[in-house]
Amino acid sequence: MRLGSGTFAACCVVIEVLGVALFLRGFFPTPVRSSSRTEHQAEPPAPEPSAGASSNWTKLPPPLFRKVVIMLIDGLRDDFVFGSKGVKFMPYTTYLVEKGASHSFVAEAKLPTVTMPRIKALMTGSLPGFIDVVRNLNSPALLEDNVITQAKAAGKRIIFYGDETWVKLFPRHFVEYDGTTSFFVSDYTEVDDNVTRHLDKVLKRGDWDVLILHYLGLDHIGHVSGPSSPLIGHKLREMDSILMKIHTSLLSEERETLVPNLLVLCGDHGMSETGGHGASSVEELNTALILISSAFERKPGDIRRPKHVQQTDLAATLAIGLGLPIPGSSVGSLLFPTVEGRPVREQLRFLHLNAVQLSKLLQENVPSYTKEPGFEQFKMSERLHGNWIRLYLEENNSEVLFNLGAKVRRQYLDALRTLSLSLSRQVAQYDIYSMLVGTVMVLEVLALLLLSIPQALSSEAELEVPLWSPVFSLLFYLMFLVLSALHVIVCTSAESSCYFCGLSWLTAGGVMALISALLCAVGSALAKMFADGKFLSKNPAHPKARWSELDVLILLGTMGHVLSLGASSFIEEEHQTWYFLINTLCLALCHEIYRNCFLRDDCEPQQCSHVEEGFVSPAPALQDRSIRCNMLEPHRVSKGPTSLDTLRGYEKWMVLASPWVILTCCRLLRSLNQTGVQWAHRPDLGHWLTSSDHKAELSVLAALSLIVIFALVQRRCSLTSKVAMALGLLGVYCYRAAIGNVLFPWQRDSKDISKGVIEARFVHVFVLGILFTGTKDLLKSQVIAADFTIKTVGLWEIYSGLVLLAALLFRPHNLPVLVFSLFIQTIMTKFIWKPLRHDAAEITIMHYWFGQAFFYFQGNSNSIATVDVSAGFVGLDTYMEVPAMFLTAFATFAGPVLWASHLVSFLSSETSLPGGRTGTWL
Amino acid sequence: MKDTDIKRLLYTHLLCIFSIILSIFIPSFFLENFSILETHLTWLCICSVFVTAVNLLLYLVVKPNASSKRSSLSYKVTRFLKCCIYFLMSCFFFHVIFVLYGAPLIELVLETFLFAVILSTFTTVPCLCLLGPNIKAWLRVFSRNGVTSIWENSLQITTISSFIGTWLGAFPIPLDWERPWQVWPISCTLGATFGYVAGLVISPLWIYWNRKQLTYKNH
Repeated sequence: MRLGSGTFAACCVVIEVLGVALFLRGFFPTPVRSSSRTEHQAEPPAPEPSAGASSNWTKLPPPLFRKVVIMLIDGLRDDFVFGSKGVKFMPYTTYLVEKGASHSFVAEAKLPTVTMPRIKALMTGSLPGFIDVVRNLNSPALLEDNVITQAKAAGKRIIFYGDETWVKLFPRHFVEYDGTTSFFVSDYTEVDDNVTRHLDKVLKRGDWDVLILHYLGLDHIGHVSGPSSPLIGHKLREMDSILMKIHTSLLSEERETLVPNLLVLCGDHGMSETGGHGASSVEELNTALILISSAFERKPGDIRRPKHVQQTDLAATLAIGLGLPIPGSSVGSLLFPTVEGRPVREQLRFLHLNAVQLSKLLQENVPSYTKEPGFEQFKMSERLHGNWIRLYLEENNSEVLFNLGAKVRRQYLDALRTLSLSLSRQVAQYDIYSMLVGTVMVLEVLALLLLSIPQALSSEAELEVPLWSPVFSLLFYLMFLVLSALHVIVCTSAESSCYFCGLSWLTAGGVMALISALLCAVGSALAKMFADGKFLSKNPAHPKARWSELDVLILLGTMGHVLSLGASSFIEEEHQTWYFLINTLCLALCHEIYRNCFLRDDCEPQQCSHVEEGFVSPAPALQDRSIRCNMLEPHRVSKGPTSLDTLRGYEKWMVLASPWVILTCCRLLRSLNQTGVQWAHRPDLGHWLTSSDHKAELSVLAALSLIVIFALVQRRCSLTSKVAMALGLLGVYCYRAAIGNVLFPWQRDSKDISKGVIEARFVHVFVLGILFTGTKDLLKSQVIAADFTIKTVGLWEIYSGLVLLAALLFRPHNLPVLVFSLFIQTIMTKFIWKPLRHDAAEITIMHYWFGQAFFYFQGNSNSIATVDVSAGFVGLDTYMEVPAMFLTAFATFAGPVLWASHLVSFLSSETSLPGGRTGTWL
Repeated sequence: MKDTDIKRLLYTHLLCIFSIILSIFIPSFFLENFSILETHLTWLCICSVFVTAVNLLLYLVVKPNASSKRSSLSYKVTRFLKCCIYFLMSCFFFHVIFVLYGAPLIELVLETFLFAVILSTFTTVPCLCLLGPNIKAWLRVFSRNGVTSIWENSLQITTISSFIGTWLGAFPIPLDWERPWQVWPISCTLGATFGYVAGLVISPLWIYWNRKQLTYKNH
């Protein structure tokens, strides 16, 4: 089958995507789930264990608290409450933690540290998988068993104010709610005022049982200006006063009713040193959790350090506290200090309920559950518990009873810990079979791609894919049969669930056929290559072009980068790899340029006399000169002489200086944004610029950057786009001034900050206009086939439209990244690629390297925490999913996208040159 | 090219390696608490002095390029001064490159500079000894097919292997092993040293194995 290289590549990409998807489906763990979801209520609660004598306590114990208020502060890191910040800004909370009737914990969140999975974890006690991150933006209703559903079923009245995610997760659960959207990250006062304004009214009323408040402001401040910003202190003080208000109101109510209430202060996830969240650094995982109630007794002088617990433990504790059954898929264990004040019989009953629930979950998820140590411990403590009940009912000697009770309690706690641990471990199991099938598919396509590279890059850009002959060969059918048999064997004998076995037989058969066909294709391509290779070696007419040092570096660097991803540190610090590689690339280019310049000068001394003045050349060098010139093998014979010799003096100096200029630019950019994990906390220029003291400097820098951007981009635009570009960049500055990032020189006092929707839309119009003109030109060039120049013009227009969009979306302190990107592109084009005549493959890989490096120069990293979600709301009034996702994605990947777009435009303009060097390309 | 030449080359290289080994062990007799990792800067200075001394000595004794025709004292003095200036310039040049590669600009200046000094010792000093302060000759040696004797060939190999060693030495820095030798610039200086030693060992062997193919045009 003959295919164009484009079609072939597209097919390969599609199959690769399928393979990767299958692999990922196996790789991401299936969450531990309880099979009984909604019918849980029908099940009677486990009765008290008894040995011999009958215990009649089979109902659920009554609720411990009358009212529960959950105050969830998004991004409440543990040291915001327990650290020095807490002491300074949250005096009331600190008083409660140190002296009041409260229990404080450091609750450890599990990955991913993003709000929606964390809310799920808090309310269900289960461990949501990674796949929930994707759904974070658009959360469907929670179907799993959870505390809220249980409370509603028990007739509790729940009121909710705060993040809209809750309303989506629990539709029709709240008797009253007011959701605030969490997407205007730059707004950190209004989101919280929208929650607090209901508070006075609600606290006075008595017609509710559970009140949930979700404050987003702290997290937004973190996203915008990081955890060390002065805004954090203000926000913490505000939260402290709100907590005091709620607590005093609850206390005054208790005085009338004499039944204790519970106030829970917790965070959903922490905040990294850069202010984001989503990854697994200690700062992101550790959150504060404080339970406050007058039921918790405390002796005066009793100082406790906050204990480390799991975040999932809250669900079980809340369920017990409200007198509800524990959610079925909860893996948490009861926070024992909360029930310490109760009589021993009740304590044991609570522990027993929790242990029964966990062991049931274990039975459902682990086939060999009887061998689990936690299960054995549970059975033993249940027996002891029975003994204790018998003694208790017989009203035996109190000391024996007390000792036995303490022993049972200890055993239960051990059992709970072990059970919880082994359940959490269950989450980290892979579906090896699906992963294997995916890997095989990907590797086969990769082999096919590699084998057909020489053919695909040849001049006719077409290749013969040996697909039909193998399909009818014996090997294919044999392979297919063997694989199918294997599939049946694996699927019938598998113990754990497997996604690939869950597919229909037809689909699985199709995949097997695909795998065997690909294998046959690879085999025949290999055979063909060997045949050709033999032919070639007999026929020495093909001189093998020697690789230059640059080619070796480019190849080794790209492969080395891929290999480096095997180590997790190199993934965390991937930016270092790229910075290192592009530095080395610049030095290699430098070496090439200097050799080309100076050694050529030796042969033609009249050409570059000003260079020679600086150097004393002793006798031997002069004598050798003529010999050497003959000896020098011009290693770019195939590409013709480099055009370095034809350059004039000034340009020559520019060529010589350009690698150093690029290196300096890269060094400056490197210190603009510290990223990664190990050195992310280091001070950088970006933080210096964004701090409120340096607003004037930031404004000057942003204005300068916008001017330089215009100067660099306008060369290639038509007149109309030049005007559009200028107006657009002006609009960008107005937008940044409107949202308060930068200042107008004539407006010293900061006026009220708006969302800048009008200004941003003004820019959007110009972006769309420029993109539209570009697309129009492209379409025109498709119709008028012979005209290459129109196509090039269109591509450059699209490129400048993207630059304008990036200028709008980048934070002001990141505008220099855009400037330097354009600057380096200009320098490389003018002084390196054109004079040195690099070929298309080299230029493509260099673009790839620089694109990757610029991804990190923007301050991104491989952690999801560094994604700037605020970029998705530029020019939008309300949250609109598709544009917001597009804008966020573009802002994140602006570096690679701009370099890729530059590559396409540059290659197109080079090939379209009149009498161009199409021969040197490919 | 005779085998005796190669033998001489081998002996000089062994002497260089010996000087590096000495720089590790001798100071511990005179200085307390001396170890490569803990008192790294001291070791860097000592090693650089040792290697420079041995190189100069070998240059004076072996005289690989007997081409200095003028031998007046003033010429020698200017030549020596020029060599010193070149050496300093190369130190600063390497320092600038390290900063461009991401070394901190203000903190750890001394460490970075001493690293530049030791790398200059491994690369620039042999070049200066062999080729003199003559940039043209340097460029010739370090371009493809530009060498004219086994000494220059071995110079090319040792210098390039020092650079590659330094380059590879930067790799462990981002790893989270928390080892003392991962601190800047220890892994790089160690990489440079290993690269230099490897170059010293490899170059005579390589020249010996390829002695049939190697032909130097002006010999």
